[in-house]
Amino acid sequence: MKNSDGNNESRNNEPAVEIQNLCKSFGRQKVLNGIGLAVARSETVVVLGRSGTGKSVLLKLLIGLQKPDSGSVRIQGQEITGLKFKELNQIRIKIGFLFQQAALYDSLNIEENVAFPLVRHSNLQSAERKDRVRALLETVGMEQHRKKLPSQISGGMQKRVGLARALALEPELMLFDEPTAGLDPITAGEINQLILGLQEKRKITSIVVTHDIRGARTVSHRLVLLNEGSIAAQGTFAELKNNQNPFVAQFLSGDS
Amino acid sequence: MTFCLMVLMAAMTFFGSSVIQSERSANPFVAVRDGIVAFFEWIGELGIFCGRLARVALVPPHEGRELLRQFEAVGPKSFMLVALAGAATGAVLSLQTRDSLTRIGAGSLLPSVIVFSLIKETGPLITGLIISGRVGAGIGAELGSMKVTEQIDAMEASAVNPYKFLVWTRVLACVLMLPLLTLAADLFGILGGWATNALMDPISLRLFIENGFRTVTFNDFFPPTFKTVIFGFIIGLISSFQGMRTRGGTEGVGRSATSSVVLCSLFIILADVLMVRIIQVVFP
Repeated sequence: MKNSDGNNESRNNEPAVEIQNLCKSFGRQKVLNGIGLAVARSETVVVLGRSGTGKSVLLKLLIGLQKPDSGSVRIQGQEITGLKFKELNQIRIKIGFLFQQAALYDSLNIEENVAFPLVRHSNLQSAERKDRVRALLETVGMEQHRKKLPSQISGGMQKRVGLARALALEPELMLFDEPTAGLDPITAGEINQLILGLQEKRKITSIVVTHDIRGARTVSHRLVLLNEGSIAAQGTFAELKNNQNPFVAQFLSGDS
Repeated sequence: MTFCLMVLMAAMTFFGSSVIQSERSANPFVAVRDGIVAFFEWIGELGIFCGRLARVALVPPHEGRELLRQFEAVGPKSFMLVALAGAATGAVLSLQTRDSLTRIGAGSLLPSVIVFSLIKETGPLITGLIISGRVGAGIGAELGSMKVTEQIDAMEASAVNPYKFLVWTRVLACVLMLPLLTLAADLFGILGGWATNALMDPISLRLFIENGFRTVTFNDFFPPTFKTVIFGFIIGLISSFQGMRTRGGTEGVGRSATSSVVLCSLFIILADVLMVRIIQVVFP
């Protein structure tokens, strides 16, 4: 018992996400070249970088949608790179993923989309499940649209529903792939407020991939800037602002 | 054997022509080599795909709701098309064979000719090809669209196996619905044949059916109908496979829908030749 408690305690002290020497190539193109990163529990890390630097690939490697060429990915202390589908699914249940285009299932309505993970991975009865779905949709302000199909709502609304679906199983880690891409500044601000709300109320660990510098400043505890498959710089927004690296300065100021 | 080789060559030609325009070589020898390589790559990937499908086929959850949705999409929604095609085939058979049979003094054999032709070959093959077009294209486009919009990734990220939820349900629906649709094509074909015949030479439906089925045995009816299970498997498997390997945005979705229809049709024709020979040997 003591030993087990000891193991639990040591696991709780481990970073929520720990990446070591991660490499990934597509054909001859090397996308990630020996990335190393640790994300503490309840921390929000924003990953920035130019298009094609492997930010989305990094998120997909973290949830096992792609396999790395080499390197290690540990989620809450557990190595996931060699896991089989069933074992990997046990980890995936603890992770929420908001996709760039929300990736809602076209054939299901909003309510069914949010209920999708609950039907498969929770023991909730039908009535309890409906209550839970309504509560989730209320959290993201989409309760009144629950009978609509994804094609009948706007991109910003789809992102909100995608967020509700990602939160359905009460994940301990959230991965956001460009949550504000393609949205107007007001809707983008609302999505950023929802992400902030998750930090404050649920203490969820989050990794956010974005090009939205203003949003990054709002939601991040720490920023990581990728360039040519490696980490060019990392730190708080203020630290990066004072960084002398010309690429960092150029990226944050948006100068061409 | 020669026919099988011709179908395989047609498949290779299709793969050669489906190599993406920007990646296609101007040199004809290189283009042929690329087509052959693409074909064997496709066979290898299909083998891996079948392996994944076999691993999830019998393990729970059995995704009953999705399975029912697919049964409806393949069966009832295709019924009218298959029935119409069957009726048209029966009518054409009646029109085409009536004259020839009358010329050789065998006009009374017309019901038998129509029934034999429909239940042994025309009904199953017409059903297979029509479902290739309607359902195969639909599955290829739907899964292709889900692939390029990351819905399949989202499903996997939700710890739901897309091979179980999306592929197995579609393959099973095609396998179970094809024989039933074939029966519908046979039935409406016989009705179409009778109606066309009755316009020129009035005959009751009962007498037409009695004459038509007089010499039909179990071996004439059951194996050809049952072979459509194989057609259903081909349609479900190949169209799902084409959909799941889609890349390249909306253009890729179009390519997947087209290739699903072309490949399903080609492999159904190939399977039909093989199955006819096997049926002749096993059910003499």
